[in-house]
Amino acid sequence: MTLRSPIGRARGLGSAKEGAGDAWATIVTAVALVPLSLWFVISVIGLAGADYATFKGWLGRPLNATLMVLTVLTVLYHSQLGIKMVVEDYVHGAAAKVALLIGTKLVAAFLAVCMTVSVLKVAVGV
Amino acid sequence: MPPMPLMRGPEQGPRSASRGRPAMTTRNRPLSPHLQIYRLPLLAIMSITHRVTGVGLVAGLFVLAWWLGAAAAGPEAFEAAQDLIGSPLGYLLLFGWSVALFFHLGHGIRHLLWEAGWGFEIPQAYASAKVSLAATAVLTLVAWIAGLA
Repeated sequence: MTLRSPIGRARGLGSAKEGAGDAWATIVTAVALVPLSLWFVISVIGLAGADYATFKGWLGRPLNATLMVLTVLTVLYHSQLGIKMVVEDYVHGAAAKVALLIGTKLVAAFLAVCMTVSVLKVAVGV
Repeated sequence: MPPMPLMRGPEQGPRSASRGRPAMTTRNRPLSPHLQIYRLPLLAIMSITHRVTGVGLVAGLFVLAWWLGAAAAGPEAFEAAQDLIGSPLGYLLLFGWSVALFFHLGHGIRHLLWEAGWGFEIPQAYASAKVSLAATAVLTLVAWIAGLA
């Protein structure tokens, strides 16, 4: 007989060791991405073959710039959580795992800032 | 007649000389079905496809960053990017990403339904798998008809 509770034995197991917060963040970003991704697809279809002036005019509308930045940030947060899960499940070497987990965060942060700056430059730049 | 035991009992295994216990050997033990010879059911295929499409969509994010960066760089860079996206290879990649996005969206909604506590029964799981596959096909078709019209 053991005095440890079932939750006490279960904590820290699994390939990620922890992660209820990540699971919840995945759900919240997924809910946000349902309308955002549909908006994105419809927008991209409308912009097929557009010239620069058309694109700048479209992204210059505040609602479009807002939704684009929101889409970019939400999708990158969701994506880095997904890649983290894949790395935790399939990469077993400690050094490679830590390197990939850190690299994922840094690349996601770079892409998030890079895309936000690009959107703002087109939307409000001269 | 009693059924044959699935695992070899201690009396069948070779014994080590020292303590009379079975030697540390895994020979002739039955193995669980390995992924490479196990025919995956639809639900398992849906699950791994969700992961594969997720990773594939991340590759698409780099292209999105390149496209937005080209727009930030100016009219020449943006119109060169638009030409490249409008090429046959560009359309092929876009088609792949559109299928991946709609699959990931549809299967993601199944995950959200499971999180809400709905659809854990096997018939419900198969029904939602088929609905999300049909949605993937319909949304891809509608998007491309709208895009090419």
